[in-house]
Amino acid sequence: MGLATFKGGVHPPEKKELSREASLTPLAPPKTVVIPLSQHIGAPCAATVEIGQEVSIGQEVGVAEAFVSAPVHSSVSGKVVAIGEFPNPMGRMVKSVVIENDGQETWVELKGADPSSLSPEEIKDRISAAGIVGMGGAAFPTKVKLSPPKEKTIDFVILNGAECEPYLNADYRLMVEKPDEVIEGLKIIMRSLGVEKGYIGIESNKPQAFEILTSAAAQYPDVEVQMLEVKYPQGAEKMLIKAITGREVPSKGGLPMDVGCVVQNIGTAVAIRDAVKLGRPLIERVVTVTGGGIREPKNLLVRVGTMVSELVEACGGLTDDTVKVISGGPMMGFALSTLEVPVTKGTSGILVMTESEAPHTDKYLNCIRCGRCIDACPMGLMPQMLSILSEAGQSEECKEYNLWDCFECGSCAFVCPSKRPIVQFVRLAKSQTKPG
Amino acid sequence: MAEPKKKEHELIISSSPHVRSGESVSRIMWTVSLALLPAFAGSVYFFGVAALWVTALCIVSSMLSERLVQRMTGTGSSLSDGSAFLTGLLLGLNLPPSSPAYVPILGAFVAVAITKQLFGGLGFNIFNPALIGRAFVLITWPRAMTTWTSPQIGQLGLDRVDATTAATPLGLLKEDGLHELINVFGSMENVYRSLFFGNTGGSLGETSALLLLIGAALLMYKRYITWQIPVSFIGTVAVIAFIFGTNPETGGLALFGGDPLFHVLSGGLILGAFFMATDYVTVPSVRSGQIVFGVGCGLITMLIRLKGGFPEGVMFAILLMNCFTPIIDRSMRTKTFGFREPEKQAEPKPKEEKH
Repeated sequence: MGLATFKGGVHPPEKKELSREASLTPLAPPKTVVIPLSQHIGAPCAATVEIGQEVSIGQEVGVAEAFVSAPVHSSVSGKVVAIGEFPNPMGRMVKSVVIENDGQETWVELKGADPSSLSPEEIKDRISAAGIVGMGGAAFPTKVKLSPPKEKTIDFVILNGAECEPYLNADYRLMVEKPDEVIEGLKIIMRSLGVEKGYIGIESNKPQAFEILTSAAAQYPDVEVQMLEVKYPQGAEKMLIKAITGREVPSKGGLPMDVGCVVQNIGTAVAIRDAVKLGRPLIERVVTVTGGGIREPKNLLVRVGTMVSELVEACGGLTDDTVKVISGGPMMGFALSTLEVPVTKGTSGILVMTESEAPHTDKYLNCIRCGRCIDACPMGLMPQMLSILSEAGQSEECKEYNLWDCFECGSCAFVCPSKRPIVQFVRLAKSQTKPG
Repeated sequence: MAEPKKKEHELIISSSPHVRSGESVSRIMWTVSLALLPAFAGSVYFFGVAALWVTALCIVSSMLSERLVQRMTGTGSSLSDGSAFLTGLLLGLNLPPSSPAYVPILGAFVAVAITKQLFGGLGFNIFNPALIGRAFVLITWPRAMTTWTSPQIGQLGLDRVDATTAATPLGLLKEDGLHELINVFGSMENVYRSLFFGNTGGSLGETSALLLLIGAALLMYKRYITWQIPVSFIGTVAVIAFIFGTNPETGGLALFGGDPLFHVLSGGLILGAFFMATDYVTVPSVRSGQIVFGVGCGLITMLIRLKGGFPEGVMFAILLMNCFTPIIDRSMRTKTFGFREPEKQAEPKPKEEKH
């Protein structure tokens, strides 16, 4: 029998080996951090500090004023030297707090707790206060995901250890080096939702992580580690739920909770564990720095707000044939125009690609209707129609082809023999229409 | 913001995904051309340099026609994508070895310049270019297009004048009946063997099912074509032939006593089902739609073979089904992940009238 998976998907070169064996290495805290007040999906935070103010590590510098939002905290101790608009990895200008590190590493007072003595509400309050967001890239505020409406029954919590994006190893290193923390995090999430079954899904190209987590989970009968087929985008929420539970999240705006599931990323689980057990806010994360254009690929433990240029420096700098630097993975990450942007809570990797890895051309051909994108689309869409209609300016017609069910995984553009920028066409059409 | 410490690399900004598969239009076209190489080599073996000459004329004329239109319309050259070459090669394999020079030249012009380029180039054509080219020459020069040469294995065939003419097996069956067909070949087994290995009259490329299947296997292995169209097309032909075809023993028409093997191996079916009805641009892109397309091709092919004026119907079947491609694509869409039939809205309860 084949491994659990979903229909569709593609097999881009994995390239995991570049940084697979590089164990987690803390990067020295930088002299200055730039902390964006919006690092998540939802309302930006309001600054709670003033220029000139002294702050400690873990001190809140931005407060969440809306439900769908997450506070941000200082990742160094020192003085606020600027508050203003700075570019973020997505290329947008975002209000940010700039803090000069005094090198003292003074923390705010952290209040630890025994998770088993906390109520679900207390757990969610701690997660909310710690500013936890989904650390796989989308950065959706975690407390929102953990607060489903009463009428939705949650049956399963699924930890996403698929890490299906090529190149990245951030979650892999956490699974291998901190398996107990991962499982503690999962147990805390299950407790906060009153769920009795937790899964960890891992692609079969990470046998070591599978073994380590399986033995770490052996003492918990309610935690199951599930091996998954290696296929992109196996780690997409909907695909992961389908592979593990067989359930399909409804199209047209359905959410995992509609089929009784909550999915969390591995890094998020560890951050949740640190927040609930130790009282630590989310101020650092694992970032895989890799790619053919980086001299020494590493998995760095980085303070939020550290400039990408410093990560690159710490990994030996760029090679001369570098053509692209990407925040995230090669399938869904953002190309950076400058290295002077900060690492945020959602930065899973910095990928430096050479010409041969990421051949770029502006030229593309007509759709030859080969149907490869239809076979590749994990959402069962017809990407060729979306690209043809969007190219012709018929964005509204794209909705007949379920435009808004596309989550832009890039499988269609990956396989397209005409090299059509299908995802870009989809984004164009989305920018001109409203969901529904 | 600190100034960059060193000269910043010139970074490319583009939308994700940042990696692409190695597949390309030109690789597909050249691979399909390669897959036709066994059949082409076979045609030279069976018909001598005449085959080489006809095919070369088709290819050169195809490529010149493409360039001509692109020069006139001011669009860049697309010769390197291999599609004009492939169209020429396919047309060549669909022509009789004895075609006079103007047939391949004008056929290729109609195929590439009119059927493809004037509709907007590769991707926008409605009809299979090579087949329109063939339909044009068949209707314009019916005699030249139905004069079939017997294979002359081992001879170069330089003296084409002496070549003997012979009807195709399908033509024999249609015009003279089964007894004549068996007379010519000796036995039904010989008919099958000749059709499979290639020792019959016919178009250059359709004489040997074996050589075509070798190329088709390559395309299936590379997943350039999938089973849906060939299987549904050939399967439908076989079923109809069995139900309504000529009985190989009696020579008469008998329900459920027909000869599927003869109909599957003869004419242009193998060439058409694997290489022409699988042309991406002119057939449905959704797999379920492809089965409908294949069944439709099979039905029309057999309608023409059994009841039509022409002995062979594969070409017209594919062209007719090409017309249906847009409507099949429109009506047979994929099932979106997580799609659920909208729940029927409960009848609104009539409000109780309050008095």
